Amino acid sequence: MTAPLIDRSTLSADRPLTIAILAMGGQGGGVLSDWIVALAETKGWMAQSTSVPGVAQRTGATIYYIEMIAAQDGRRPVLALMPTPGDVDIVLAAELMEAGRSVLRGLVTPDKTTLIASTHRSYAVVEKERPGDGTGDPTAVIDATDFAAKRTIAFDMDALAAKSGSVVSATLFGALAAARVLPFGRDDFEATIKSGGKGIEPSLAAFRAAYERTVTPKPEAVTRTPPKRLDPLPQMAGHAVLDALLTRIRTELPAEAQTMAFAGVKKLVDYQDPAYAGEYLDLLARLFGEDRAAGGATKAHAFTLAAAKYLAVAMAYDDPIRVADLKIRSNRLGRIRGEVGAKPEQIVYTTEYMHPRMEEVCGTLPKALGSWIESRPKLFDWLDRRVNKGRRVRPGTLLWFLGLSLVAGRRSGRRGTLRHAREMAHRDAWIAKAVETLRANYDLGVEVVATRRLIKGYSDTHVRGTSKFDRVLSALPLLLPRDDGAAWLRRLRQAALLDEAGTALDGALKTVATL
Amino acid sequence: MAERSFAREVEDLKLGDGEIFKGEGILAITKALLQSGVSYVGGYQGSPISHLMDVLADARDVMDELGVHFETSASEAAAAAMLSASVMYPLRGAVTWKSTAGTNVASDALSNLASGGVKGGALVIIGEDYGEGSSIMQERSHAYAMKSQMWLLDPRPNLPSIVEAVEAGFELSEASNTPVMLEVRIRTCHVHGSFVAKANRKPAFSLSEAMENPVRDVNRIVLPPASFLHEKEKLEKRWPAAIDFIKARRLNEYFGPNHGDVGLIVLGGLYNSLIRALQLLGLADVYGTSLIPIYVLNVAYPLIDDEIVDFCADKRAVMMIEEGAPDYIEQSLNTILRRRDLSTRVAGKGLLPMGGEYTAPVLVKGIAGFLDAHAPALMGNRPPVPDPAPVLADARVKALAEIVPPRPAGFCTGCPERPIFAALKLTELELGTHHVSADIGCHLFSILPPFNIGATTMGYGLGPASASAFNVKAGKRSISVMGDGGFWHNGLTSSVGNAVFNKHDGVILIVDNFYSSATGGQDILSSRAANPHRKTNNSIVDAVRGIGATWVRQIDRTYDVAKMRDTFKEALTSDEPGPKIIVASSECMLNKQRRVKPLFNAAVKSGVRAVKERFGVDEEVCTGDHACIRLSGCPSLSVKHTDDPLKDDPVAAIDNTCVGCGNCGEVSEAAVLCPSFYRADIIHNPSRFDRLSSRLRASVIGWLQRRREAGRIVFEASES
Repeated sequence: MTAPLIDRSTLSADRPLTIAILAMGGQGGGVLSDWIVALAETKGWMAQSTSVPGVAQRTGATIYYIEMIAAQDGRRPVLALMPTPGDVDIVLAAELMEAGRSVLRGLVTPDKTTLIASTHRSYAVVEKERPGDGTGDPTAVIDATDFAAKRTIAFDMDALAAKSGSVVSATLFGALAAARVLPFGRDDFEATIKSGGKGIEPSLAAFRAAYERTVTPKPEAVTRTPPKRLDPLPQMAGHAVLDALLTRIRTELPAEAQTMAFAGVKKLVDYQDPAYAGEYLDLLARLFGEDRAAGGATKAHAFTLAAAKYLAVAMAYDDPIRVADLKIRSNRLGRIRGEVGAKPEQIVYTTEYMHPRMEEVCGTLPKALGSWIESRPKLFDWLDRRVNKGRRVRPGTLLWFLGLSLVAGRRSGRRGTLRHAREMAHRDAWIAKAVETLRANYDLGVEVVATRRLIKGYSDTHVRGTSKFDRVLSALPLLLPRDDGAAWLRRLRQAALLDEAGTALDGALKTVATL
Repeated sequence: MAERSFAREVEDLKLGDGEIFKGEGILAITKALLQSGVSYVGGYQGSPISHLMDVLADARDVMDELGVHFETSASEAAAAAMLSASVMYPLRGAVTWKSTAGTNVASDALSNLASGGVKGGALVIIGEDYGEGSSIMQERSHAYAMKSQMWLLDPRPNLPSIVEAVEAGFELSEASNTPVMLEVRIRTCHVHGSFVAKANRKPAFSLSEAMENPVRDVNRIVLPPASFLHEKEKLEKRWPAAIDFIKARRLNEYFGPNHGDVGLIVLGGLYNSLIRALQLLGLADVYGTSLIPIYVLNVAYPLIDDEIVDFCADKRAVMMIEEGAPDYIEQSLNTILRRRDLSTRVAGKGLLPMGGEYTAPVLVKGIAGFLDAHAPALMGNRPPVPDPAPVLADARVKALAEIVPPRPAGFCTGCPERPIFAALKLTELELGTHHVSADIGCHLFSILPPFNIGATTMGYGLGPASASAFNVKAGKRSISVMGDGGFWHNGLTSSVGNAVFNKHDGVILIVDNFYSSATGGQDILSSRAANPHRKTNNSIVDAVRGIGATWVRQIDRTYDVAKMRDTFKEALTSDEPGPKIIVASSECMLNKQRRVKPLFNAAVKSGVRAVKERFGVDEEVCTGDHACIRLSGCPSLSVKHTDDPLKDDPVAAIDNTCVGCGNCGEVSEAAVLCPSFYRADIIHNPSRFDRLSSRLRASVIGWLQRRREAGRIVFEASES
């Protein structure tokens, strides 16, 4: 049996240009796909697009796929309905993680693919529902796309589109035009937009902005979080009392912790008064003493730095006084008007959703009175039934403003409240535990301070946070003698921030118990 | 179709002879129906065939002119039953639905229809919801064609081929007195392409003629002895007639050389993927020129034995390419060859995966295995196949798998179903978790984060029925969910009637959002819009009371989370026997925005006072626990990293896509979350009174603010 020779020369060498668009529902991926097809068809190419939009809901990740080929004497090509990994010329990703998804699906390869991606983030539910920071690391995506693509054009196309009142599909189209990977001129692209339906002007503006941005690249670093704003200490703050606080920071604290302490002082002055910030500095200076004694100089005074941060957070606990104070400030309405994009002639009122319970009310009362009520369950419940309900508060109206002012005015008596006594007791116990740990295990002592991160929120959230705080620190006796104790405590804290119920934390605690 | 206009697509339906139709596959089918002289069209909406229904619903003038009756059927069963108009009369009819889900529902009527046979062409257009983008169980509709003896067309996925399949399908149906199924896959429905149109054809015989001249033939009714005759007729008359027609009309196609050692047999719908796979193997080009003989089954059922034998006779081996399990055609192929005593080897599922989509890489692998075994010479000296494996093996790419989050479809911004499940989650926090039977519809997104509610889904309108076993005395009750779409589809009887009759002690939640939302927002019986061509505004509450339910609560604003929660609690603890039914009603936000937004913008433009609401977060108050997000998952409620050195975790943030539905505020109020949410009411075109009172308030409050802030010593806010 002789095998016949195969004559591949009868086959045409033509191959289609292949384009995949990865987008989320509602991002205009369909519009972009239609534009590209229309553009190709007006230039005499054959083009075919497909999609799997599924149900009509938004936010789900979806993919559009286009193939196009310059028509050869009217021969109809047979085009594929889905992208083949390793065989895609252009990938347009409407969001950073979608760019990552395109790489994971094998659509981006170094021999072939031009990747055009917007670097903005639109967080998935699983990222944003975490009690801590569940957001994915964007730099990992950039590393992977830079490696996988033949060429990458990536910048925040969402923000650029928003500036023109348009959406990311228009800026992606602009970047595609500027990338010169399709054999069509800029005018052809613009003509496609102009022959479209609605929103032509904003689309064109966004298209042009993205085109310019692509041909004149400027570095745009992608980071997970913006840098924290640690303001340098000013020479003068315009008031003798404040200047005295600044001097204390300069003279009583190590250089490494000074800007953080300044942030803490600013926060506490704003929260309560300069004297309160003074108390904070008293405590911080004492902790610095402990730090020094424990050899903190070789550790960049990490303990003082952590204390400067979390002590301020602990002392500026969230209470109704604080909330009322923030809600009636003079600069608030202006900020909100900016956030919601109100025009000067428009009037804006806000409604606040508050749900005070008797717990919060008692907390704001003087310590003796608050405890007295709390120790009488019947009275407490009777009062709670009157207090405990959702209230829609409108601080832009006079009566509500006065009501909130009254609550905010309790600030002067805050140091005498039941809540304050509790918060300070909790603070002192925590600090004592940290100092005690510090003396035996420096790094672990720093982590004990940082565990304060777990306490946040109001009501149930606050209770849950405090419980997690206690559970994490319950591992302390086991960790104290270990060199890697700090790393373990850090892991426990991270586990505590993974889910609401603390399931991950329970697992991590079990692991620690077996160490 | 209530809130979305398909006016542009309707224009495409009016194209005449020789004009070029450009658009989606499913719209090409719609146009092909009108070109084929169809008399009536029905169906049940669902991806991927919704647009067929939507466009025809908007094309009343075209339909009236042609005398075509179109209706949105109550269910696929109703649609299939509609085809009985073609039993006695020479009327062409077509129905459509999502398959296999819809074919399951329709199968009773389809069996009866197929038994008695048809006189007029009867076409069932099924959107085969299989593979990526599918929202249902992964099955083949093929089985229905075989068991009821209906012919199944599976044309090549380009517009001229599927249009031709519609026209040929009617003729085949008439030539063989058998209903014909036309299968189109998801991507084929959404493929953009073109074909040369023909003018629409008025049906030769009209529905009114049929109604005015009724015909009856007891032999067409499925009752003994006729039913036994039907079986005989199917096998002895209709089947051979179909074979003859398919052969004569050359519905199946051949590509590539006339002879070869090996050949490929492929279902029409997979043809493009096959050509791409062969192209990657250096055995075909982009114009479809193939170096291997290909036999394309545009008719997936029945097989034409003679054509198969002719194709296989000179070949050592053939490969059967059919997607999904079981391998019905491969099995038949083996039987046919065995019966004709041919030794041609049949390859198929042994080299190709049993399940899953046949993408080009999957086919490349399978075909390469086939050729290696039976025609290795074809594999020599060929270009390298594109391979992402080296990229995927890199550590930087592997790391992505941990980082790139899954992003399933979810509740839209402002969805009225979100607060219902937030309330249910809050209820479960108090009363513990319950067995929750879910149903089909948008509300099924409750099974995903952040709600994680719902244990099973058994079919449309069957949520409460699927909880029916849980009807014994127990410490907790079962909860079941059903949407308004499922309710009217069959849930009123299968679920509610069933529960009432059997005195089921569970809680039934009916999610009423005024549309069949998951399928694109079509009107249904309880839609609140006034639809001139349909009778809407029929109350779900009246319906369940009418069927005998006694404990019924209607909630007219699902965003009232506290009330929703309290109603759940009441239902779970009430002493009243029988089902506890909660009808939770608020308009689908996607459709509401389509309706309201243009009105609002027009009002603002004309200078009318209008108030826009949206929510925001006071960043300073938010502590970054995200409890609010775990009770929402709204796309517009996200997180934002701040530059505040004292904050570790990102804070909640609401973007400009917020529609002000109120869920954030209601949830934080009901769950006693932090008071960081605010609702901003932005008054457009304020009245004189607005301006006056605003000025007054601002001046008094401003004075008070200055007074309280004057005494405070603070650091100047530094510029960021």
